[in-house]
Amino acid sequence: MTSYHLDHLQHLETEAIHIMREVAGEFERPALLFSGGKDSICLLRLAEKAFRPSDIPMPLLNVDTGHHFPELNDFRDRRAKQLGARLIVRTVEDAIAKGIAQPSPGEISRNRLQIPTLLAAIEEFRFDCCIGGARRDEEKARAKERFFSFRDSFGQWDPKNQRPEIWNIYNGRLNPGENMRVFPLSNWTEMDVWQYIRRERLEVPSIYFSHTRKCVRRGGQWLPANHLVPPKPTEQVRDVVVRVRTIGDIISTGCVESPATSIDDIIAEIAAARVTERGSRADDKASEAAMEDRKKAGYF
Amino acid sequence: MPPPTLVNVPVDILRFNTCGSVDDGKSTLIGRLLYDSKSLMEDQIEALERSADITGGGQINLADLTDGLRAEREQGITIDVAYRYFATPRRKFIIADTPGHVQYTRNMVTGASTANLSIILVDARTGVIEQSRRHTAIASLLRIPHLVVAVNKMDLVGWSEERFFEIRAQFEEFLPRLDIKDVKFIPLSALNGDNVVDPSPHTPWYSGPTLLGHLETVHIASDWNLQGFRLPVQWVNRPNNPADPALHDFRGFSGQIAGGIVREGQKVLALPAGIVTTVKQIWTYDGMVGEAFCPQSVTLVLEHDIDVSRGSMIIGLEQRPGYSSDLQAEVCWMHTRPLQPGRKYFLKHTTHTVQVVVSELVTKLNMATLETEAGPAELAVNDIGEIRLRTAKPLVFDGYGTNRLTGSFILIEQGTNATVAAGMLRPPREIVKSENGDYVI
Ligand SMILES: Nc1nc2c(ncn2[C@@H]2O[C@H](COP(=O)(O)OP(=O)(O)O)[C@@H](O)[C@H]2O)c(=O)[nH]1
Repeated sequence: MTSYHLDHLQHLETEAIHIMREVAGEFERPALLFSGGKDSICLLRLAEKAFRPSDIPMPLLNVDTGHHFPELNDFRDRRAKQLGARLIVRTVEDAIAKGIAQPSPGEISRNRLQIPTLLAAIEEFRFDCCIGGARRDEEKARAKERFFSFRDSFGQWDPKNQRPEIWNIYNGRLNPGENMRVFPLSNWTEMDVWQYIRRERLEVPSIYFSHTRKCVRRGGQWLPANHLVPPKPTEQVRDVVVRVRTIGDIISTGCVESPATSIDDIIAEIAAARVTERGSRADDKASEAAMEDRKKAGYF
Repeated sequence: MPPPTLVNVPVDILRFNTCGSVDDGKSTLIGRLLYDSKSLMEDQIEALERSADITGGGQINLADLTDGLRAEREQGITIDVAYRYFATPRRKFIIADTPGHVQYTRNMVTGASTANLSIILVDARTGVIEQSRRHTAIASLLRIPHLVVAVNKMDLVGWSEERFFEIRAQFEEFLPRLDIKDVKFIPLSALNGDNVVDPSPHTPWYSGPTLLGHLETVHIASDWNLQGFRLPVQWVNRPNNPADPALHDFRGFSGQIAGGIVREGQKVLALPAGIVTTVKQIWTYDGMVGEAFCPQSVTLVLEHDIDVSRGSMIIGLEQRPGYSSDLQAEVCWMHTRPLQPGRKYFLKHTTHTVQVVVSELVTKLNMATLETEAGPAELAVNDIGEIRLRTAKPLVFDGYGTNRLTGSFILIEQGTNATVAAGMLRPPREIVKSENGDYVI
């Protein structure tokens, strides 16, 4: 009987495929959030595994903050095309213009503004379920997240009032206006994601690999030099050999110094790494409860 | 499917949950496992040290690691199930951390439902208490294959071998009444790390493995059911306008195998259609396969075009399941609105959702004595009891003891859509018979 054995990636894979198919079976108008980042690249492969030879039975959705790395958007568009998938992009720019999102005076980060943009897209297309690539190991508040995460008609997450999730039986029932966020990668770690990318030979955007980039040293990390937050007189712009470990906005994503030029290099680097991947995101450092607050407001 | 690759890829997943009363040292133990197995990163350690300076008078508190939401930080208790991950070269571990206060049963059932193993923590000073019995009973009810009794705070009882065996004897008094096959007792100190990852110099009288050693080696390969093929159909795979003419008539049934093994060319029975046909292809994204097994996700193409849709079950002809709309089950009630006989709910079993009415409350488990009480008026939140249900359409099911995936269900309240109960089905009284009208085509 020992030959009937799945290794850990195969277990994570079959669990995620099961969840994707539950979404296809239980929801009328699901969407899959695809940014081009490493987690959503895995999601797309899992969707192929769940639904081929049919088309992936849901559109891809991306909220573009306008502060994305250009490499990421190029990759996103190209990958969607390869798969023959429908890609819907809604921009924060547009949401601001339409008055859906209101920046506070002096607010540069688009972190907060992507929430109303996303909620407006959900309303526009009447999506009842969005599949996202969040993982529980990313952050403390995520550790309690369900696979099927219920959101009320304001898109809010209430950590005290979650549906218990027992065995692999997911309760996807909704009343009108309510919404589900589904996270098939909940049980994956950063290491699992890269090992899966290696096993599946998936292409990833070039910024995950070592490259030379103009950066400024700020708050103990290398941030990409950009016109949105120009360097202060005391800050020096330097050419640094870096890669991006987790992709957020160009103004808040810290780059790590790294010579990694292949997936194997990245895996070796993570195995030896001494800082968690969110350690390089300035937006989470702001306060211990930063992520929890954003999630309650409707963030992923 | 591609073969497992390269070194340092864990070969397995072990899911476990931890149970104990408040202050038994659960959070410390999990923190210790993460810390000593070098699964913590610098920024996590930094955050620990930061909070140690603020609240802990400089002492690192390993328990902080597993303390998630702000409400908990404010109240100083864990309110829900949180998941933690770590890996060694041998295995990847998923920990379901469930809180230890009295409103507990619901969370433990949730956290333990997917576990291969439960760790029951006991404070060496107090020994077995009502909670320990309760946690063990729930583990048994959920048919968790492996149990570890971690006798913690051994440093506070002078590492007494006698005390350890006393506690072991207390357990062994009630274990025979439960349905647990594999139990391991380990003396440890979570605070100091004795016998957690590294063997303790204080327990020369203990020759067993450390906790992590046991977690890495306990045999879990046979925890999945490989008897009796079951495929609950999740989704009908029907390419719309395939460019490939070979796919024009493709009609596949996608699902995760919930039991047994399926082979190309094998005869299967589709229910509720009641029709026997042959497996023509086992389709996966990585190519056609000759056989597939639980818990793989596959797409079956059948020889004949028969009526199968989401909620149908495709089964092997051996080891037939039950087929009935009159069900008996043990349930754990999870909602503050109690269960009352006569009420209607939705029941979700595998991929099939049906209306159901609770026809009778048969017994309720007294958590203090572990005795059953007949004819309760209601089941309240955190109660466990036996009920009878009548479904609007018959279910294809197994007893929970035979198959955890086809023997379990949830109840959903109509209107609010709240998940109100977890149910474990009793073995079927009647199984699907061949003379009961399977049409062979
Ligand atoms: N002496 C001693 N104290 C322990 C041990 N394990 C935990 N503690 C202490 O017991 C208290 C409760 O531990 P905690 O992990 O918060 O318990 P929980 O409520 O079960 O999560 C804390 O003060 C711990 O430092 C141990 O093995 N020995």
